[in-house]
Amino acid sequence: MDLVVQIMFGVTGLLILGAAFMVVSVRNIIHAALWLITCFFGIAMLYLLLQAEFLAIVQILLYIGAVAVLVLFAVMLTRQIDDPDEPVLFQRWRSTLLITAILFAAVLVPTIYNHNWLIFADPQPAFAGPRELGFAFMNAYLLPFQIAAVLLLAALVGAIIIAMEDQEQRRVRVLTLAEEVALRGEREPSPPTRPANPQPASSSSNPTPPPAPEQAGEGA
Amino acid sequence: MYDNYVFLGLFLIAAISFPVLPLIVARLIRPKRPTPIKQSTYECGLEVIGDFHVQFKIQYYLYALAFVIFDIEVVFLYPWAVAYPELGMPALFAMLIFLAILAFSLVYDWRKGALEWI
Repeated sequence: MDLVVQIMFGVTGLLILGAAFMVVSVRNIIHAALWLITCFFGIAMLYLLLQAEFLAIVQILLYIGAVAVLVLFAVMLTRQIDDPDEPVLFQRWRSTLLITAILFAAVLVPTIYNHNWLIFADPQPAFAGPRELGFAFMNAYLLPFQIAAVLLLAALVGAIIIAMEDQEQRRVRVLTLAEEVALRGEREPSPPTRPANPQPASSSSNPTPPPAPEQAGEGA
Repeated sequence: MYDNYVFLGLFLIAAISFPVLPLIVARLIRPKRPTPIKQSTYECGLEVIGDFHVQFKIQYYLYALAFVIFDIEVVFLYPWAVAYPELGMPALFAMLIFLAILAFSLVYDWRKGALEWI
């Protein structure tokens, strides 16, 4: 059984390395994204080999499910960038390879020498499954748990604000609250009339009460 | 300890061979007589217009991002659901607050019109 695990580990490692190499070497960028998904899948298998089932599920659910979708959408958002005349390897790839290899080895070689590798020979039962994580979320880490929700909320709201800015006209500067309210009051009756650049001097200094439509509309 | 994964491996092999095997069999037994009209790209029976690289609207990206957010929510729900029988009522309220914050992001999405397919 141990031999099977070792073989599986070798196959998984080769899959990860091969997929990672294909990501950076393949010409079609969508194919590169698909190879990246293969790489994620290999890492999920690695987690399963380490008996971290929950991490494996998270890896499949989040990385293969969500991040892959995000990457593919991001690729489709870009303009055509795979020019057939453009070489896949850029000019100074040899020196880049050397520098990155040295940096990688500087981290990895001391780790290989200092790490206690025999720990895997006597496998312990997993001490942090989903049940323990659930207990931790509900007791010790309740506040970080709720802050995570706020963080996710902020991510989505920020993305919407950035994306929806293209629909509206781009603002020259951030409006004050009074201007914002005045602008909204002006826009309600006739939506399309909107000054190209809101006046900076006249309207920012006076604390306009909300129903004052003529203050902000002077720029046109 | 890895005994459970034998079934998983069998399922994996079955799932991979299910689409791959017919393709191999079809490749072996089908006649191969390509013509230019057969090789051309099929696009709903119409002539292909322009390049296949079309820039997406950024609104579509918002769908993907909303999906990622609620996918992460599922990941948080899963350990909570496993631990819930032993935790009881306080955990329910904590999770309701968590869900309410994330539901607010969905409401914001909806009100901003980010869920409209353009």
